[in-house]
Amino acid sequence: MSTATLKEDNKQKPLGGRFIGATANYLDERTSMSGFVKELGRKIFPDHWSFMLGEIALWAFVAVFLSGTFLTFFFQASMAPTHYTGAYAPLRGVEMTAAFESALRISWDIRGGLLVRQIHHWAALVFIAGIGIHMLRVFFTGAFRKPRELNWVIGFVLFILALAEGFTGYSLPDDLLSGNGLRIIDGMIKGLPLIGTWTSFLIFGGEFPGDDIVGRLYTMHILLLPLLVIGMIVLHLMLMIVNKHTQFAGPGRTNDNVVGYPMMPVYMSKMGGFFFIVFGVIVLIASFFQILPFWDYGPYDPSPISAGTQPDWYIGFADGALRLAPPHLDVPLGNFTLSLGIVIPVLVLGLFIVVVALYPFIEAWITGDKREHHLADRPRNAPTRTAIGVAGMIFYAVLWAAASSDLMATHFMLTMEGVIHALQALLFVGPVLGYFVTKRICIALQKKDREIVLHGYESGRIVRLPGGEFIEVHQPVDVYDRWKLIDYTTYEPLVVRPNAKGRIPWHENLRSSISRWFYEDRLQPLTQAEIVAADAHQHHTLAHDEEIEAAEIAGAHERAGVTSDDQVAPADLHVGETPNTPSSVIAKEPAKPRKRKKSEDGE
Amino acid sequence: MAHDDDTQALERAYQPSRGLGVAVSDPAENPGLPPHRERMTDKDPRAEKAAVRTVYTLFYLSLAGSIWAVAAYMLFPIESGLAIDIRHNNMYIGIGIAFALLALGIGAIHWSKALMSDKEYIEHRHPTRGKDLTREAAVKAFSDANDDSGFGRRTVIRNSLIAAVIASILPGVTLFRGLAPHNNSHGNPIAGDPVALLKHTMWEKGMRLARDPEGTPIRAADVTLGSAFHVIPEPLAELGHHDGYMEEKAKAIVLLMRLRPEQLIEAEDRKDWSYDGIVAYSKVCTHVGCPVALYEQQTHHLLCPCHQSQFDVTDHAKVIFGPAARPLPQLPIAVDDEGYLIAQRDFTEPVGPSFWERH
Repeated sequence: MSTATLKEDNKQKPLGGRFIGATANYLDERTSMSGFVKELGRKIFPDHWSFMLGEIALWAFVAVFLSGTFLTFFFQASMAPTHYTGAYAPLRGVEMTAAFESALRISWDIRGGLLVRQIHHWAALVFIAGIGIHMLRVFFTGAFRKPRELNWVIGFVLFILALAEGFTGYSLPDDLLSGNGLRIIDGMIKGLPLIGTWTSFLIFGGEFPGDDIVGRLYTMHILLLPLLVIGMIVLHLMLMIVNKHTQFAGPGRTNDNVVGYPMMPVYMSKMGGFFFIVFGVIVLIASFFQILPFWDYGPYDPSPISAGTQPDWYIGFADGALRLAPPHLDVPLGNFTLSLGIVIPVLVLGLFIVVVALYPFIEAWITGDKREHHLADRPRNAPTRTAIGVAGMIFYAVLWAAASSDLMATHFMLTMEGVIHALQALLFVGPVLGYFVTKRICIALQKKDREIVLHGYESGRIVRLPGGEFIEVHQPVDVYDRWKLIDYTTYEPLVVRPNAKGRIPWHENLRSSISRWFYEDRLQPLTQAEIVAADAHQHHTLAHDEEIEAAEIAGAHERAGVTSDDQVAPADLHVGETPNTPSSVIAKEPAKPRKRKKSEDGE
Repeated sequence: MAHDDDTQALERAYQPSRGLGVAVSDPAENPGLPPHRERMTDKDPRAEKAAVRTVYTLFYLSLAGSIWAVAAYMLFPIESGLAIDIRHNNMYIGIGIAFALLALGIGAIHWSKALMSDKEYIEHRHPTRGKDLTREAAVKAFSDANDDSGFGRRTVIRNSLIAAVIASILPGVTLFRGLAPHNNSHGNPIAGDPVALLKHTMWEKGMRLARDPEGTPIRAADVTLGSAFHVIPEPLAELGHHDGYMEEKAKAIVLLMRLRPEQLIEAEDRKDWSYDGIVAYSKVCTHVGCPVALYEQQTHHLLCPCHQSQFDVTDHAKVIFGPAARPLPQLPIAVDDEGYLIAQRDFTEPVGPSFWERH
């Protein structure tokens, strides 16, 4: 403020012109905004393509929010019976609920209405997919470690809220497909022990389907859930700013700094631009690809159903879990029925979800590591975590695939029973196999990294030694690139020791065995001494190779009768990443015939 | 300033446990930031000019896209109700908007990547925890507040407060009982009893089986061998939306099939539930309630398209595959004097998904 006054006194033009200066001054004197801008304006964000995935979810949510607001101006969340009188001929005069009728009007009687509805639906799918992919990125890079465990939980809650938003929105048009979806939810709720019957009765306002459910879902869909989503997004981003973004290991990057570009102007422009790109791509999809043509299904009626009934993809894993339950699982308990066919899938899903939510705390408990971690792991450098992640992905994927078991059977000419039995087996075998294969691949990749650091990369240049032996020359890696392979941390298994009372508590024993499972197979990070020694060795080898090579080339020239003036010196072989071909070593451009002669000699 | 130094010294003293983290005594050395590489737009003024041109051209193109979208709104009416008009309206407005947004976004990103300074900055991280002095002040704020109020000391006040706050939630929870109807609302004595409602459907003795959705009654003679009928109780078709049409239909739907009598395996007590090979089963899946609408004529299996439960019609509709736990309930049928199929009574067990109070 004082500087601004000073500048005015000096009759100097304030930064950004008189108008902007005056506006900024006006705002700052009333909001103390300058501190905020000072703090955030030049905040540094690291650059990596994978840091953009969460942004996809964020911007898709903005698109959902904008398009959804437009839809609320037309949608009638009521199950009162009415008759459609609009432009779509096949359903004109048919009795339907007001919800279906207004959704139909949005699609067929309002210009651009179909476009907005399709933008809304596609953007919702992109939102959920974006969250999912972002979660995978955070998981596999260990970006959930201290101090970001709480932000992981917030993000997880956002994922669940997004699913709830998706499902409530899907059910609103009250068409045949969504009605059957609600029927399934009703059946699931009824199967819950003790509370099921009454929960369903309260949710539906009496017996299924009742007249209330669409209105109630609508309130959740446009009031409560969006409020929670927005609140959680705000918290999520605030914590991200407080914690500062993680970065990958790289030259100049440490656990104590952030290297990147400033918020203003670079990220403002990149992120702002990216919003328009995400929105633009969604609009493009919505212009060309139809989604949920609910007028083809017709209004909900409890009796008809179409073959190949599928939920929206993000609910697929839950539907698949229901399909994989074996038959005859009702257990009579006195006067009551325990519907295990429902309870088991619900418990399995619940357990899976809880483990996902709590994973950061589990890993923190095993490692006992209380330090802050700001360098994102490369997945290979945390082999057990990566393997667990892959096992979880396979588990999810099998459940998801099970939601399309009927389509798989019909498309690939398989039996329904065969597909289900195969998926049931895969649900248990798949994650285990995936775990071991991934862990071995990770460790092999780590070993490969180590080899590259210590012995250089394979240059593709083959040299024949005087004894006739062929070797491939390994070139040292650029020190800056090499650092990305060197910089990682690791853990070692816990060795349990008796505590003050001379006992080993059971939980320490447990922690010890889990830590052995996690960290027994590992590669220790390289020390500086090892790197220096490897450098010296590499240098020596290269010098030696070069000597032999020079002698060989000279000999070859001699045998070909080339005078010493005309000899081709070996090119500067040890710089650059382009592999040298033998022809470029031996021959100059005009000397081609001689080269042919030489090769004849060789034969 | 001296104060600041003190706090920094304190923070250096804060060394959180590394747990099982491996301590490398001689860690590899970070080579530091690589030398800055200039972009073409930094080195070559022509490249810079070209980039500037690209950016503003994209912004102008975006403008054109927006104008096109507005024009398309007017140029492509949908009032005919023809699918092709809807498609054009949707597509042309969409292309305009998408073009406007994409060109804007690509322009902005190209600007930031090609023209804005690409100098990398290094920002130092501080531990997320507050400075020790701040933390002490925060703790003091709490303890002062505790002392001033006596929250920790006056346990009776505190505990009664907690009890009152928890109890104050109860009225709100109670109100949600109103989500479902009470008994006698809508003049129905069991309107508020889900268990009673789930145990009965509208089928009763003598009620004719009718086609869904027309409500025309079905003669036994109409049901030819191998055919299947989607059935509702005859009076259902006259029910209006507000008389519970949907709710009754959701429970009362039935599938009617005729098999050769010798194909039917029938339990002793159900011998008279079928009529000349015609059997009627509830169409509501006992798994989670989808309509079991797919009838395989050759195998006499019923298949639920939601979760692929399969029921064998020849043998009491028992479950032969899939997640369903129980057979489909059978509706006992007979034929009245005029040859129409009628129900002998309601289902003998609840239809649809299992629930806790079943039995």
